[in-house]
Amino acid sequence: MTTLELPKEARVADPRPKAPRRPGEKPFGVGRIVALVILILMAISWLLPFAWALVTSLKTEADAGATPVSWLAPNGFTLEAYASVLEEGNIPVWAINSLLSSAIITLLTVATSALAAYAFSRLDFTGRKWLFFVVIASIIIPPQVLIIPLFYEMLAFNMVDTYWGLILPQVVAPPMVYILKKFFDQIPIELEDAARVDGATRLRLFWSIVLPLSRPILAAVSIFVFIAAWNNFLWPFIVINDTSLMTLPVGLQTVKSAYGVQYAQNMAMALLAALPLIVIFLFFQRQIIKGIATTGFGGQ
Amino acid sequence: MGDTKNARRRKDNLAGWAFIAPFGVFFVLFLVWPIIYGLYLSFTGTTLTGAGGEFVGFANYAEALADRDMWRAMLNTLWFTVLSTIPLVLVALVMALLVDLGLPGQWLWRLSFFMPFLLASTVVSLIWIWLFNPQLGLINEMLKPFGVEPIAWLQDPQWAMLGVVIATVWWTVGFNFLLYLAALQNIPEQQYEAAALDGAGKWRQLFSITIPQLAPTTGLIVILQVLASLKVFDQIFQMTQGGPAGTTRSAVVYIFDLGFTGYRFGYSAAVSFIFFAVIILVSLVQLRITSRKGARS
Repeated sequence: MTTLELPKEARVADPRPKAPRRPGEKPFGVGRIVALVILILMAISWLLPFAWALVTSLKTEADAGATPVSWLAPNGFTLEAYASVLEEGNIPVWAINSLLSSAIITLLTVATSALAAYAFSRLDFTGRKWLFFVVIASIIIPPQVLIIPLFYEMLAFNMVDTYWGLILPQVVAPPMVYILKKFFDQIPIELEDAARVDGATRLRLFWSIVLPLSRPILAAVSIFVFIAAWNNFLWPFIVINDTSLMTLPVGLQTVKSAYGVQYAQNMAMALLAALPLIVIFLFFQRQIIKGIATTGFGGQ
Repeated sequence: MGDTKNARRRKDNLAGWAFIAPFGVFFVLFLVWPIIYGLYLSFTGTTLTGAGGEFVGFANYAEALADRDMWRAMLNTLWFTVLSTIPLVLVALVMALLVDLGLPGQWLWRLSFFMPFLLASTVVSLIWIWLFNPQLGLINEMLKPFGVEPIAWLQDPQWAMLGVVIATVWWTVGFNFLLYLAALQNIPEQQYEAAALDGAGKWRQLFSITIPQLAPTTGLIVILQVLASLKVFDQIFQMTQGGPAGTTRSAVVYIFDLGFTGYRFGYSAAVSFIFFAVIILVSLVQLRITSRKGARS
C-alpha cells in the first residue's frame, strides 16, 4: 500500500498485524502446544477440500472414478484433465466475461457511490436526510426478492442476453455509500475550506482533496464490489442464456451437468475458476483483511 | 450576509442533487422500481409471456398463505438459518481465539480459513458434491474407520440439509473469523495485565474479559449471519436443487422455482413479498434484542 500522509482523524484504525503476547505467557507452555495442535488440525480440515480437488484434477478419469478411494494415482498423475477442459470448454471466454463485467461493475459502483457519499457527507441540500435514510433502509432488501420484476424490466428494455442486462442491474450498492460516507465524515472539513476560498468547485474538492485521502477505503470497497460481482451467480444465471456471454460461475453451472461423471475434469474446472480470485487475494491481502475488519461488510 | 448564505445554500442544493444523480439513476431503476413493480406484479396473475396480467387483488397472497410448499420452504429456511448460524459464529470465534494467541504461521492460518470465502458458489458446490459423493467421496472414506456406513449425503432426506450446512460453514466462516480477529486485536492489553495482577488465570481472563469485550462484535456477526443465511440460494440450488423431496428447498429457491420453472411471475412476486416481510420481522426482533442488551450493560 502507498504511504499516505493522512490527517489523524481520517485514518482508519489499523487492526494490529502483530500477534499480541499476553502478559506472563511462556513461549512454550503446554496450553500453547495444545492450541497449536488444534489450530493445525483445523487448518488441515479447511485445506483438505482443496487438496482433494487438486489431487483428483491431476488423475486420469479412470483413477478418479476408481474405488477404493485413494490419494494415489495408479496410472500416474497427469495434466490431461486441465488440457481437455481448456480445449473443449469456454473457460477462457467466461473468464474474460467475468473479468470485464466485474471490472465495469466495480468502476461504476465505486464512482457513483463515492459521489453520492460525498454529497451525503458534505453538501447541505434539500431532502438530504430522508434520502440518506431511504438509501440506508434499502440495505435490508434482499436482492433475491427483486429477481422477478428485474427480469421483467430487462425484457422490457430488451436487455436479456446482453452485457447491459448483465452489468447495469448490479451497479447499485447502498452499503458502500454508507461505508464511504462514514469515511468522508472523518476527513477534516478545514482541508477543503482553504481550497474553497481559492474558488475551487465542489467537484474539484472531491477529486483533488477527498479522493486522494480516501485511497485505502476506496481500495477496500473496490475489492469487495469486485469479489461480489465476480462470484455473483443468481442474476447472471437468470439474465444470460447465450453461452458466449456467460460469466465463469454461470458457465460452470451449465457444463457441470454436461461433464457428468468426469470427476477429474470437474475438479480441474473448479480449480481453474478459483485461481483468479486466489491470486487477487494474495496481491491485496492487506486491503481485504483491513477492509473487512474496519467496515464489517463484504460479499455474499 | 443573508444573501450570500442563501446563494451558497442554493449552490449546495444544485451540487448535492448533481452528485447524487448518477447513483440515484441506478438506485431508482434497479432497486426502487423493481420493488414497486414487483409489488404490482404480486397482485396480478402475470406469467412469463405476460399473459394473465389482470389484477387479481389479494388472490396470490391468499393462495400463498394456504400453500403448504411455501410454508415448508419458509421452515426449511429457518432451519437452515439456525443450523448454519450457530457453527458459523462459534467456529469463527474458536478460530480467532486460537490465531490471536500469536502462534507461529499467522499468514497460513488466515489464508486457510479465509480462502474458501473467495470462491464462487459454483466452485464450492463442485468441490463439495465431489467430497459428498456416496461411493467416491472423501467424507465417507474418512468416516469409514469409525464404522460409519456410506451416507448418500446430498440424496438422503435425512442428511441433505446437514450436507449443505457443512459446505456453507466451510465456505463462509472465514469472513466472521476475520471480524472476530480484528475485534480481539482491539481489546486493550492493560485489561489483561490488570487481571493477571489480580491473579486471574487464562480461562478466567477468557470468560471475564475477552468474551464480554467481544459482545458487540458477536451481535454484529449474528445479525449479518442470520440475514445472510435467510437468503440462502446458490449452494442449495447447485448442490441439491432443493431436493431430495423438498427437504432443502429454501424460500429463495422456491421463489425461483415458481418464477423460472413454473413461469408464475405474479405468484412468485407475492411469495417474494411475504418472504421480505419475514426478513423485516426477523431484523426487527434482532434489533430489539441487541438494543435491550446494549441498554443493560
